[in-house]
Amino acid sequence: MANTSQFCTFYLDKLLFGVELKGVQEVIRSLEMTTVPLAPRVVSGLINLRGQIVTAVNLRRRLELEAAPAGTPVMNVVVRSADGAVSLLVDEIGDVVEVEEASFEPPPETLRGSVRAVVVGVHKLNHQLMHVLDIGAACQIDVNAESSTAMRG
Amino acid sequence: MSDGDIVKDFLIESQENLDRLDRDLVGLEKNPKDKDSLAGVFRTIHTIKGTCGFLGFNKLEKVAHVGENLLTRLRDGQLTLNPEITTALLGMVDAIRQMLKEIESTGTDGVNDYPELRETLTQLQSGASATKAAAGTAVAQVSPEPTAVGKGTKPPKENKQAAVATPAAVEFGKGTASKRAESFLEQTDGSTASRAVPVNSQAKVPGKTEDQPAAQVPEAKPRDAAPETIRVGVNLLDKLMTQVGELVLARNQLLQIANTVGDTGLHAVSQRMNLIATELQEEVMKTRMQPIGNIWSQFPRTVRDVALGCSKEVGIEMEGEKTELDKTIIEAIKDPLTHLVRNSVDHGIELPAERVKAGKARAGRLILRAFHEGGQVNIEISDDGAGLNPERIRQKAVERGVIGAEQAGRMTEREIYNLIFLPGFSTAEKVTNVSGRGVGMDVVKTNVERIGGNVDVQSTRGQGTTVRVKIPLTLAIIPALVVTCCGERYAIPQVSLLELVRLEADEVSTGIELVHGAPVYRLRGQLLPLVYLSRELKLEADTKRGSESDGAVNIVVLQADERQFGLVVDQINDTEEIVVKPLRKQLKSVKTFAGSSIMGDGKVALILDVLGLAQRASVVTETRERAITEKVAESGNQEEKQTFLLFAGPGDSRMAIPLSTLARLEEFPVAQVEMSGSQWVTQYRGKILPLVRLNVVLEERRNKLRALQAPPTADSGPIQALVVNHEGRTFGLVVEKILDIVEDPANVKSAATRAAVLYSVVIGNRVTELLDIPAILRGTDLNAARTSHGHTAAEVRN
Repeated sequence: MANTSQFCTFYLDKLLFGVELKGVQEVIRSLEMTTVPLAPRVVSGLINLRGQIVTAVNLRRRLELEAAPAGTPVMNVVVRSADGAVSLLVDEIGDVVEVEEASFEPPPETLRGSVRAVVVGVHKLNHQLMHVLDIGAACQIDVNAESSTAMRG
Repeated sequence: MSDGDIVKDFLIESQENLDRLDRDLVGLEKNPKDKDSLAGVFRTIHTIKGTCGFLGFNKLEKVAHVGENLLTRLRDGQLTLNPEITTALLGMVDAIRQMLKEIESTGTDGVNDYPELRETLTQLQSGASATKAAAGTAVAQVSPEPTAVGKGTKPPKENKQAAVATPAAVEFGKGTASKRAESFLEQTDGSTASRAVPVNSQAKVPGKTEDQPAAQVPEAKPRDAAPETIRVGVNLLDKLMTQVGELVLARNQLLQIANTVGDTGLHAVSQRMNLIATELQEEVMKTRMQPIGNIWSQFPRTVRDVALGCSKEVGIEMEGEKTELDKTIIEAIKDPLTHLVRNSVDHGIELPAERVKAGKARAGRLILRAFHEGGQVNIEISDDGAGLNPERIRQKAVERGVIGAEQAGRMTEREIYNLIFLPGFSTAEKVTNVSGRGVGMDVVKTNVERIGGNVDVQSTRGQGTTVRVKIPLTLAIIPALVVTCCGERYAIPQVSLLELVRLEADEVSTGIELVHGAPVYRLRGQLLPLVYLSRELKLEADTKRGSESDGAVNIVVLQADERQFGLVVDQINDTEEIVVKPLRKQLKSVKTFAGSSIMGDGKVALILDVLGLAQRASVVTETRERAITEKVAESGNQEEKQTFLLFAGPGDSRMAIPLSTLARLEEFPVAQVEMSGSQWVTQYRGKILPLVRLNVVLEERRNKLRALQAPPTADSGPIQALVVNHEGRTFGLVVEKILDIVEDPANVKSAATRAAVLYSVVIGNRVTELLDIPAILRGTDLNAARTSHGHTAAEVRN
């Protein structure tokens, strides 16, 4: 197969997402999390990953999806970003899939603005579409726009 | 090893070598006959030149080459070093540094090949010899050096190969070239200097240096006996730190399990593991320590340049270069220190003529001292210059509206001196390019305070100024107070912590008052603004004031930028040494936190940024002015106030110890007091804490003393102990009742009337006895012997 790449897939709100496998450090079950008061909304908190303190990003919020119903188990997809490891919180882990370049398509023009930076396109799999996430963009947090710190006088 | 790696190593090593060059050159200026330094300088330039020839940095090579020629003549005694030559050589060092920077960012040595500099350097050789001839000399000089055959790092074979290939050096295959470069690089490293590289036959072929860089062979003479060291990446050390931290956590869990299981074998193993882990942690911490000399090494150069720039003569002296600090701190204080040094030369030390007039030596002295004291590192920068002029500072401060005229009149000299650290303050008559722009000293102060240190200035008119910087040993592990608020733990760096106040439920309604809605607490008569952590952090359950079940309120009194405020938290846990981990960029915007740390149970806790929190709560805005006003008001009529802890001694006497001698206040239930002989002891933080009872120490009647040696009665209330550290020993001083903490000049003194008392003093209008801690300790040491003796005596009498 020419020009194939591997993706680590997961689900958020029943949608299938994928990040490039080579950018994924590990996948782990939920770890005890410390919330960070006043932090941007997308940051769920900090976790201790074998002595390394890792920021956990709530991917649902990052992608402007509905909040998960209470009690939904959380999985950590730990990815390597330019600024060290970051954990992306997802609902459920899928398979590792191998896709051909040919099945890729850029996102439709109708995709909304801020999500567009994160979802770089889709791979057309047999039964469904896999949203391809840009790891760097997913870990990037626009502090000014999303900070719940909300400038206090 | 790839090409890129070679270049990287070359850059790192060249940087280090250049720093040494600066130092050596300035040293040489004072002592031009110092052959060793000269040879060192020569070798460094020679090595840089040789290596960059291999790597194809021709412009860099050219510059190094003319410099080397000049150095050759100096080394051979054909020329003597003078300031002009030194300046030119330092210029060359700067040029090389610039080109190295270029290489680092672009991968090439840039477009500038410094024709003027090369011209100057060539001319300074006084035109006696052509470049090539000089180069020839250089090589010829190398060859007769005794070539100690070292432990054979590189098999001689390789060098031979290179030698054979010389005529075709330019066409070297990449592999060979890099191997050659490698052997060079290894040699430039001071640590491997003792391993001499076998001499190269080429060295005996003179006159080919110019176009055949491969012919350059560094001298094989070993430098000073180097300790056995290897270069390790900082990343690797940081990772090791992390892993050791994890190991410590795992150990803690293991210890807990071992204690519950009760298996002696497991217990023994876990104890051993405990020791190993602790030691390992300490050792790994040490790997991050660097001597302060690393940053001082560039100061001779700085001083020279600044002094030349303002036509002064300044000599620099250093003491305690080996004092070690964590590398993060070293990096953080580099700039502030540089500024202070420049400032001393520029402002502190007078012009030679003025100095002579004042009866001082022409050349000023700048002394750098570093030493450890009380878990902190002190760095002093002293000059023997004119000293600060308090009148002028006072005048300037009033002129600029920093303080009021009346206020200024009341300030002590020392406070006046410290005004120079305020933003926008500069007393320099004329603005130089070095300092005097009114920025700087405040930045120095801010930067030092950011790493938990402080700056203080002392000065004697006509005799000089000393700036003292106190900084913690490390930022990686800091002592912190752990508090709980709304179920989450937060760590507060101990450096910001002043004291803890607990208001019992019945005191809350009267203790906390409101100033137009803003809660305050009267702390020894002063209003202390209160900040509720839960509200500032917008945590849940912020409706209740003290969400602790008993309704008590815990106030952590903190210091932020000269202002004090009380932070109300739910619970105060304990002090702990925590490992600080920085926050990632996603959270950099949250100014209330300085970092994070992993707690004993493996959970992450956030470290509060006290200044950030104070700013958020608007305790600190632009209140510097107010802070000064208060400071002035506080110190209205005396110089130094001391803070004392007051407590009740036997028989309703008032006693005190300076707060600075106190580590903590503790309350132990009687059940926890155990007996060791006739000594009360208790288990405290994993150690046995001897409890020294004040009534025993002060009791003079033997027979009563005996009665006092009994264990505590079970029905008596909890005992109050002052935990005191003295010369590495910790003990608990059991007192009747803790009264208060007071600040007082304690001026009225009179001699002690009994043993263990230093002197009597009037504190807050009452006669108070100040305890003599060392005497008490001596007393207890002897106590065992003396009591058994007294014991028998008493029995005989019976």
